This record gives sequence, structure tokens and C-alpha cells, in this order.
Amino acid sequence: MNVATASKTEYEAVIGLETHCQLNTNTKIFSSESTSFDPDNPNSNISPICLGYPGVLPVLNEKVLEYAVKACLAINCQVAPYSKFDRKQYFYPDLPKNYQISQYDLPIGEHGWLEIEIAEKPNAEPVRKKIGITRLHMEEDAGKLNHGGSDRLAGSTYSLVDFNRAGVPLLEIVSEPDMRSGKEAAEYAQELRRIMLYLGISDGKMQEGSLRCDVNISVRPVGQKEFGTKVEIKNMNSFSAIQKAIDYEIERQIEAIENDEPIYQETRLWEEGSQRTISMRSKEGSSDYRYFPEPDLPPIEVSTEQLETWKAQLPELPAQKRHRYEEELGLSAYDTRILTDDRSLAEYFEKAIATGAEAKQVTNWLIGDIAAYLKNNNLSINDIALKPEILAELVGLIKEGTISGKIAKDILPELLEKGGSAKELVEKKGLIQISDTKEIEKIIDQVLASHPDELEKFRNGKTKLKGFFVGQVMKQTGGKADPKLTNQLLGKKLQG
Amino acid sequence: MSQETIKGLHQQLVNKERSAVEITTETLERINTLEPLVKAFLSITADYALEQAKKADSKIAAGQEISILEGIPIGIKDNMCTQGIKTTCASQILANFVPPYESTVTQKLKDAGAVMVGKTNLDEFAMGSSTENSGFQVTANPWDLSRVPGGSSGGSAAAVASSECVVALGSDTGGSIRQPAALCGVVGLKPTYGLVSRFGLVAYASSLDQIGPFARNVEDAAILLGAIAGHDRRDSTSLNIEIPDYTQYLQPELKKGLKVGIITETFGEGLDAVVAEAVKKAIAQLEELGAEVKEISCPRFRYGLPVYYIIAPSEASANLARYDAVKYGIRKEADNLVDMYATTRAAGFGTEVKRRIMLGTYALSAGYYDAYYLKAQKVRTLIKQDFEQAFEEVDVLICPTTPTTAFKAGEKTSDPLSMYLSDLMTIPVNLAGLPGMSLPCGFDEAGLPIGMQLIGNVLREDILFHVAHAYEQATEWHKKQPQI
Repeated sequence: MNVATASKTEYEAVIGLETHCQLNTNTKIFSSESTSFDPDNPNSNISPICLGYPGVLPVLNEKVLEYAVKACLAINCQVAPYSKFDRKQYFYPDLPKNYQISQYDLPIGEHGWLEIEIAEKPNAEPVRKKIGITRLHMEEDAGKLNHGGSDRLAGSTYSLVDFNRAGVPLLEIVSEPDMRSGKEAAEYAQELRRIMLYLGISDGKMQEGSLRCDVNISVRPVGQKEFGTKVEIKNMNSFSAIQKAIDYEIERQIEAIENDEPIYQETRLWEEGSQRTISMRSKEGSSDYRYFPEPDLPPIEVSTEQLETWKAQLPELPAQKRHRYEEELGLSAYDTRILTDDRSLAEYFEKAIATGAEAKQVTNWLIGDIAAYLKNNNLSINDIALKPEILAELVGLIKEGTISGKIAKDILPELLEKGGSAKELVEKKGLIQISDTKEIEKIIDQVLASHPDELEKFRNGKTKLKGFFVGQVMKQTGGKADPKLTNQLLGKKLQG
Repeated sequence: MSQETIKGLHQQLVNKERSAVEITTETLERINTLEPLVKAFLSITADYALEQAKKADSKIAAGQEISILEGIPIGIKDNMCTQGIKTTCASQILANFVPPYESTVTQKLKDAGAVMVGKTNLDEFAMGSSTENSGFQVTANPWDLSRVPGGSSGGSAAAVASSECVVALGSDTGGSIRQPAALCGVVGLKPTYGLVSRFGLVAYASSLDQIGPFARNVEDAAILLGAIAGHDRRDSTSLNIEIPDYTQYLQPELKKGLKVGIITETFGEGLDAVVAEAVKKAIAQLEELGAEVKEISCPRFRYGLPVYYIIAPSEASANLARYDAVKYGIRKEADNLVDMYATTRAAGFGTEVKRRIMLGTYALSAGYYDAYYLKAQKVRTLIKQDFEQAFEEVDVLICPTTPTTAFKAGEKTSDPLSMYLSDLMTIPVNLAGLPGMSLPCGFDEAGLPIGMQLIGNVLREDILFHVAHAYEQATEWHKKQPQI
């Protein structure tokens, strides 16, 4: 984002994201308790192991490694054939051992990228951009503190700790500083979430904290090579909050530069209420975490064979689908984005067109009436009774001229709720379109005969009344008259 | 009771000459008599022991077959977690800690019917070489009560030497089984790293810690190792291998063509002449029994000590960070979080533990990591290579276990460096992950026991037992007992 200011210096923002993504394994990363969040029952999913009791040892949950490697492959990271865990040391009451088992210098994945699409307006042609990914590593989550008398440790009179979250597996994914606007960053985060959901390895719920993004951001005059002072922003629990926090921070930093005010290297919090970032703590130099290799866990070696097995299990990913839909199915970027946003919707779409239904028509139903229905009823595509093959059947019935689009819209709610065959429903309800010229002509004659006043007015030049007559024909036929044919025949009759 | 062995007691039980309850009761009585002098135990688990003994007796009464360890009184170093039984690591910070889980080794012994009579004293968190760093009491050497039993497993060594139990478990990070075994005149074995599960062993230095047996003869050590060794899925560093019956390697004759290497570097400066002489005699004895003896140089052996004092404290500084007053152990209340941490840890940890936490924290600090920790790991690899080369030429290495016999209590407490030197010859074995055994090979002029160390290649405990047993059969040292 290039921002022109009064003094005509143009600035650009340099943005990188650090994302923590909880994996949806049944059990914790190094022990066998459930990973369920359960904030109403604190310390219900705990054991001596996740509490770091004396003498207990971690054992790696194999599922975590599988998910991490799949995530690496999905974001084009090189999977390390030899990797290891390290201890990251710092004291905090939510960290049972006062060190976190993480990965330091040999992460499971490095040197990846993912592709984002940025459209200025929803319907505009999007620009594709590759965002580099520095690394992906596995680690354990910490517990959660609930402070009494303050929302932070400082100023609280007591603090309670809930270790349900301690030991929940996390992937930390660090991007390159490749983003230049809030929009790009939000898009990157969304794409990452989309990939995790496609892989089925995380539920990606930002509100519940299963997907957490920290932003690193600095601004500099366009053309300057050196980075400006980096500020970290935390506490954004939606994609729009990421975008707004970054856009706010860009403005704040530019203003500071313009006013010759210093920018401090610090951590700032996004305040949703006031829609601004506030200073949380200064970061003077980097903390010394005294990393060293975790002696309780052997190094991780991923064989080529194992890697190939996991690679073969990967689904088609969102970017691959987007490219295919646009290039092979000729769908617009806009349609494609909506269809591929959710893997279930994309799969539904693919099943529907597999029977030969026209992609564009299926898309229109999916992102039009069906999307509206889902939204109004707060449902997902998997919740509806309408099978993809039936949607294809419905589209086919319109194409063949068996029913009109209007009739199709009318029967859609019943199909969505009750399922069953579209064709049978149309037959049962006697909704097959009247396409017989004589039959329509007969009805037109009746309509014209019973509305002499309107006919007179039409003939006196009030041609808009044609619509009225069409409506009357439809009324007489219960909407079954072929609208195109009706129009055509009515035109002739009115002129004659 | 004093000369009793596992097999001897087992036979008495099977023949119904004595009941397990009788054996246990007599053992508890001996403990009660001797403890005021020896102070080997931090807790005596009489009720638990009698309950276990009764189980053994009812099995015998029902005509069921009993395992070799059924009804055998055993001591457990107090850094191995025992469910429902206080486990303190001889530290004030865990003075009130009762684990809600059982360590793998004690579970195995429990399942085998062994009778744990108590938890033995140690240097706090197994850091030390004299058991004087215990946060609770100083254990005496049964051969001379004014002297230390060695450490850190001094309680277990003293308990076995004074027949307060038949066998005991210790843990060895840099010599903590072998050095006290030598100073107390008993057999002590540190197995290959990964042979025995560390689950439930309170960690000192995770990449070096290993649990092993103390016994009054080689056979008992072999039986006890067989009972505790084996893969454990709860310990990712435990080796997945078949465990042999180690007693099969105890043969009357020494295997033909057995090659024994004397580590040249261990017979240098700082070694007491009487110790050197005893070990040399032992080597001569082995030669007489048919071993081929040659000198082997391990030039990097001497770097073991400085390498150890980087790696072990580094790991310890992280392992001991969890004692923060938040979840268990003692808590010293304070006005804020950082003060709670500081006052609790200041009050709960002893001087040596604090010293090692500081050493490790420093060694891992930004800017020092490469110069200390990383360098130490590289030298560790070189030490391993020295051993690998040596084992291309010989089957077993021999050296003194310790440079001196037992020293006086208080003699070295103010000089940590001289204390550290007593582990000079045991530390390289931990760094290389090899099995090492100390067994009695003589006495000095004051009547204090001398130990020699046998070092084997990875997983060659069989050779250690074989050589040690043959030597033991040819000598009388193991039959001497402290007059207590």
C-alpha cells in the first residue's frame, strides 16, 4: 500500500505474520489427554505429563508430526529429513515446566510460500501474489491465566491458571515480510486458515484462539532498502481486525515519522473497542530464551517413503482449485473464490458438475439462492438435504425447458429441506412448464377477453401493460407457462 | 541377614524356611537399629513393605510360583517417583511432594513382588559426590561412620553395604552409582543409556541420567538389572531391545580370548597409590584367569570433567525450572509473582543445586552457547570416538572407579572442584552412554574399600557381568562386611 501524504513522501509498509495454529488431534502433543478446550471445566483435561511433574517425560504424538508435514507440503515448505525439538526457556505460571518444547534451529519445514489473490473490489480481476514462508515448526501450547481484579497479570490481586490448553499441539508458521497492506495480510491469514481447513488438521477458529496471528510491521519511504523500526501487534481475533489494526498502525507510524516522533520497538495490542493499537510492553533487544536441544525426545527423521505417503494423501488445495476452476471451467475469479473458500462447498460443486451440469449454472445457484438460504438459517452446505446430483438435475430441468427458472426457485426451499428428486417433485406438483403454443394462445385469448379496459389502454399506447398481461397468464397457469414463449405469443396477439 | 543374597532368600521362601513377612520384619528391625548411625533412608516404608511381604506369603501359601524378587527387601533412591509415597529428591523444595504416579522401575519391581523398605538419601537432585548435599541428613559410610558414602546415591550404597536391604536402586549421571559403590565396597552398575526407563526418575541431566542396581555381589546386580531393564513407551529415549537373562553370563571360567584394556590416562596424577596398586593387582588376577591385557589410550578421557560440567548443569538449569511454587512443592508467599519464584527457590534449593543452575543458565545464555554448550557437545562426540576406537581392540576397559577411598565428611564441602574430581573416571562413561560397573577390588590401610571400574561397549552389560563374576569368584573382597 502506497500512501501519499501532504509532504509528498510516499511510504510503504513491510508486514510479516507469525501464526499459531492449534491442531485438532484427539490428544495433546506429548501426552494422552483430550485437547478439548472446555473453559467451563478448568483443569479437567490434564495429567502429570502436561503439568510437567517431576520425573515425567514427553512422548511425541505421531499425529502431530503427520499434520505438520502435511501442512509443510501444502505451503510448499521443504520438509526437513532431520529435525529436532528444543527447549525454549522462560518463566511464566501458565508454562508448567517453565520451558516450552518447541523447535529452534532445525524446524520441520522451511522455505515455503503460499499464493494470495487481492481484488480491489469484489468483482474486479484479482492480482495474484506469492507470500514467502520462512518456517513452520511444531510446539506445545501453554495454559491460560485468569486474573482476578485486572485483565492482566499487572494489577491483579490473584491469578488462576487453567492447564486444559497446556500441551495442545501448535504449528507456528512464520511468513517473510512480504506483505504491504492490511488487506494482503488479512488475505494471507485467510488463505492459511483455508489451507488448514482443507487439510482437516485444525478448526481455525480465531474467536476461540485456535488460530492466532501476531503481526510485525514497519514503514519506510518507498525506495529505502533498510527496514523501519518493527512493531509487533497482538490481540486480533478476526481477519477484519488484522486488516484494521495494520491500516491503523501504518497511519500511526507514518504520522510519527512525519512529525519526527520516535517509533519504539514494542508490542502493541489491538483494542477492538476503540479501534486502535495501544502500547503493551517495550521489547528492548530480544529475549534470551536459552534454547538447547530437548534431551528427552529423539531427533525427528522423516523418510522419503513416509513423505510420499503423506503427500499422496493431500487433497486438492484452494489455490489449485482456483486455478482449475478458472482455467478449465471458465468460471470468473469472483465465483471461484466463493466456491473454493470452503472445501465442502467446492466438493459439493464438483459433485454437481460431475453429472454434466453446466458449471456456471450450478455456481449461480450455489452462490445465489443456496448461499442466501444457508446464511439465513446459519447452516453449512453439509447440513442441507439437497444432494449435489439433485441440484444438477434441477439445473438440467431448466435447461431442457421442463421448468422455468421461476418454478425452480419456488421448489428450491422444499428440496433444501426435504431432499428427494427435483424431477419427481415437479411431476408430483404438476409444475411442468406449458410449452404448447396452442394452449398458451388459448389462455392469452382468455386473459385479453377478460381485461378489455387494459387492452384498450395498451392499444392507445400504454405498452408497459404488456407486463401486466404476462403476469395474468402466469397467474392463470400457476407460473407454468414458458415465459419466453408467452412473451412472444402475447406480442403477436397484442399487435394483431 | 547380612550376607544374604537374592537367590539365598528366594530359596528360603520357596522352601518355606522363612516367610516374606519374617524377612521384612527382620530387615525393618535392622534398619531401626542402624539408621541412627548410617542415616541411609529419608523415609522408611514399613507398612508398604509389610503389605507387599504379605502378598508374597499368600502366594507362597497358595502354592503359586513366585518370581525371583518376590519378598526381597529393596531400597529405592528418593529421586524415583513412588505413587502415594513422598518423593523428595533430598530437596526442601519437594519436602512435601507425593507423586500421583509410579516410576516405571518401581512399578516393575512392585509387579515382581519386591519389597520396598524405604526411600534412600542422596545429594539434592542427585547433584554431588558425597550425599552431604542432601537437604535433610548426611549419610555415613558403614565402613567408617566419620566418612562419606560417596554420592549422589550414597543412601542406596550405604544401605546395601550395611545390609539394611539386600539390593537397591540408584541413579547415575556422572558416577552417582559407581562412585558410592566403590566407596562403600559394593557392586554398582550404570547401564547403557536407554536400557532402563527414566519415566518417573526426577531429572537432573536428562541425556546422562540412568538408573541402575546396587548389590553385594554380581549375581544380585544381574538379577536386579534384568528386572528393571526394557523398553518403555513412556520414555522416548528408552531402547527397544530384547532383554536377556543376565545371569546366563555368570560362568565359572572366563571366556577364552577375552581382551581387557587398561585406560592408560587413568593411572596418572591424583590417583592414590593404594588404589592404583589394588586395581593393578586385580588386572593381574584377570590375566591369571586367562584374559589378554593391553594398555589403551583414551586421550580425550580427561576432557570428560569439564564437558560434564557444561552439559549436566545446562540440562539441569532447564529441568529444575519447574520448581516454581505454582503447582507442587513448597511455596514461599510473596507480594508478586517474581518474588514468589525467587524466595521459594532461594529457600528450597541448596548451595550446590543453585551453583549448577547458575552454571547452566550461564552456559546456555546468548553469546556463550557456542563457546560452551556447543563446544562441549563436540568434545562429547570425541570422547565417544575414543571409546569406539578402544572397543575395536578390546572387550572391556578397566580403570579405578575413584581416585581415592572414602573421604571424611566435611573434608571437601568447601571445595567443590576437588569434590568434582572424585568423578573424573566415571563421567566419560555417561558422556558416551556406555555401561560401567564398579566392583570391590581391595581395601586401603584404613580398611576402606577400593573399587575398580569395568566399562563395556554399548549394550555389552553381558561382558561386564561375565568378567566381574569371574573376578568375584576368584577373590574374597565381596565377602568382607563393615563392622557395624
